[in-house]
Amino acid sequence: MTILSFDNTFDGFLTLVFESYRLKIIPDVIIRTGENQSYLFSDTLYITAEEEKADRVWRKIIEKTSKANADRIYRVFMSEVPDSAKMIYEFIRLMNDKPYNIETDFSLAPVLSISKLHLKVAREADRIRMFTRFQKTAENSYFASFSPQYNVLPLIIPHFTDRFADQEWIIYDLKRNYGFYSDKEETVRITFENLPVNPVNGQLEEPYHDPDERQFQKLWRKYYDSITIDQRRNYKLHRQMLPKRFWRYLPEKNCHGNSSQD
Amino acid sequence: MISERIFEKLKILAESAKYDVSCASSGTQRTNKPGSLGNTSAWGICHSFSEDGRCISLMKVMLSNHCIYDCAYCINRRSNDHPRATFTSQEVSDLTIGFYRRNYIEGLFLSSGVIRNPDFTMEQMIAAIKDLRMRYSYNGYIHMKVIPGCGQELILEAGKWADRLSVNLEISTEDNLKYLAPEKNYESILKPIRMITDKIHENKEDKRKFRKVDRFTPAGQSTQLIVGATNDNDRTVLKLASRLYTQRNLKRVYYSGYIPVNDYDKRLPALKVPPLQREHRLYQADWLLRFYGFKVDEIVNDNFPDLDLVLDPKVSYAFRNPDLFPIDINKADYYLLLRVPGIGPRSADLIVASRIHSRLNSGHLKKMGVVLKRAQYFITCNELEASRTALNLKPEIVRHLLLTGQKPANAIQLPLFQSAEMFYPALP
Repeated sequence: MTILSFDNTFDGFLTLVFESYRLKIIPDVIIRTGENQSYLFSDTLYITAEEEKADRVWRKIIEKTSKANADRIYRVFMSEVPDSAKMIYEFIRLMNDKPYNIETDFSLAPVLSISKLHLKVAREADRIRMFTRFQKTAENSYFASFSPQYNVLPLIIPHFTDRFADQEWIIYDLKRNYGFYSDKEETVRITFENLPVNPVNGQLEEPYHDPDERQFQKLWRKYYDSITIDQRRNYKLHRQMLPKRFWRYLPEKNCHGNSSQD
Repeated sequence: MISERIFEKLKILAESAKYDVSCASSGTQRTNKPGSLGNTSAWGICHSFSEDGRCISLMKVMLSNHCIYDCAYCINRRSNDHPRATFTSQEVSDLTIGFYRRNYIEGLFLSSGVIRNPDFTMEQMIAAIKDLRMRYSYNGYIHMKVIPGCGQELILEAGKWADRLSVNLEISTEDNLKYLAPEKNYESILKPIRMITDKIHENKEDKRKFRKVDRFTPAGQSTQLIVGATNDNDRTVLKLASRLYTQRNLKRVYYSGYIPVNDYDKRLPALKVPPLQREHRLYQADWLLRFYGFKVDEIVNDNFPDLDLVLDPKVSYAFRNPDLFPIDINKADYYLLLRVPGIGPRSADLIVASRIHSRLNSGHLKKMGVVLKRAQYFITCNELEASRTALNLKPEIVRHLLLTGQKPANAIQLPLFQSAEMFYPALP
């Protein structure tokens, strides 16, 4: 069995594709280093990222398909779904083998599976755009944290940069332990060692909250409860639209630490 | 510190507004201006879902739930003994901005009961949204109700600040409106709808001519029809909706299954449960009108004035037009594909895009998201022969198959057995 591994960057992956053509090796398994997998009795070949080689592959993808498709592939890669690298690898091989642009030929398995995974990633990004909830901090900035299924933060940051251009904010991915900070001027990637956040519901610890923050969460909860029409209750639809895994981060689904006061 | 009274007001005024079903935040693309708050995205964003499964995109409140009218179907009618409240424009702004900055909402939906007279009410509402735009540099979405009977210049003013305006028709025929809401008149509702349409059109023309033109309701207008409160059939409702879409360019017509809020009023039907299934079918029909290229008469007509509650409108259409089917997946044009039950715009797109490269079979279709459970009776493709289509099986059997997934007990492969019977030897 042939195993290729790379450094889990997109450039590294594209270099891997390049090398597989140069060395005439077709990998059975592609490992993103850091993914904890070990195989008995087989050697792993580690490929180091080289910008020049990566660029050639990237340009080839655009040339053989389209820029939109190349971007789609990038987003699928960024999702960090375990077998996405292998999926894209197969797509690129097919792309080179076929004389036409395979982008729209959904009868080919890799084309359809990439398009489906892309849909999933895009949907997760949409949901994060919907269900992000900021908490106002004592320093008059806004903080949000949660654990998305895929690594979608880079995809949604432009939306928040544009929308909340006049406020300071942090959006943090608890699962992957990184986030983005915007100070109105620019947005930078940040990592915290000890974040004063309750990992269960993404809430900041109380002293860091603005004095009115709890009240606002309760107000929102009040609004949320008032807008429901009793005669139309439909929990199945409710859970479909608002999956349970998001509930713990939403003030309307649980009013944090207020049970004693209510 | 937020006072207890705000909690109370929010509860009262949200509960009063909740029967208005519109909550879309789509239709305007506006990027952030430096130093201001918010933007709007063209496709709209939901931010939560209430326990009835409806999207919560906007903070939907009434400015006031006092009302001088006494409409039979409305929770806020004058004669109801019901807690009343009125927001100040400051309170509306504080709540909207507070929620918006926390990413709870996409914007504000402001409606109101009629205080004193329509003009006065509109002035109050305009003052509130103007305040948001001017004083808070708020760039997010605003949907505002127009109060029928108000002056034209007030509608013009409202359109400057709001993204979407809507006038609610509520009752689809003039006679029934007179019966249930004697103080309103049909013409006074239609007039502002017409005016907004004309003004939007004019605004679009101006944009072509001049360099800088203020926007007028960039997200267009919508309206709402209550279904089930009167004896109007689906044909009347859909005819009206289709006219509003084609002649008045409305973005959306919402259908609201009547919920008996005033069950003491004898003019209204005594419903145990709201007609949710009918509402659902109306929305399906509405989608067929807007995205599938159907005409009203193809969905409901003199012979079938009401939608089938058991089967969806597209399947019903297919049964009424058996000569159109089966459709060859590898040849039929886009709009014909859209007529097949189980194929929507997304899968039709995929089919059209990929059949250039190779002939498609049912395996491909399944992977593309075609609902073969329904589609199989109406299509042919590579290997899926026409033998199982509605033409060969009898329509009643397909109907049964669609509803239960099983063949009726007394009908097993009819075509084959019927012909075979003839050759059975007669018993001695």
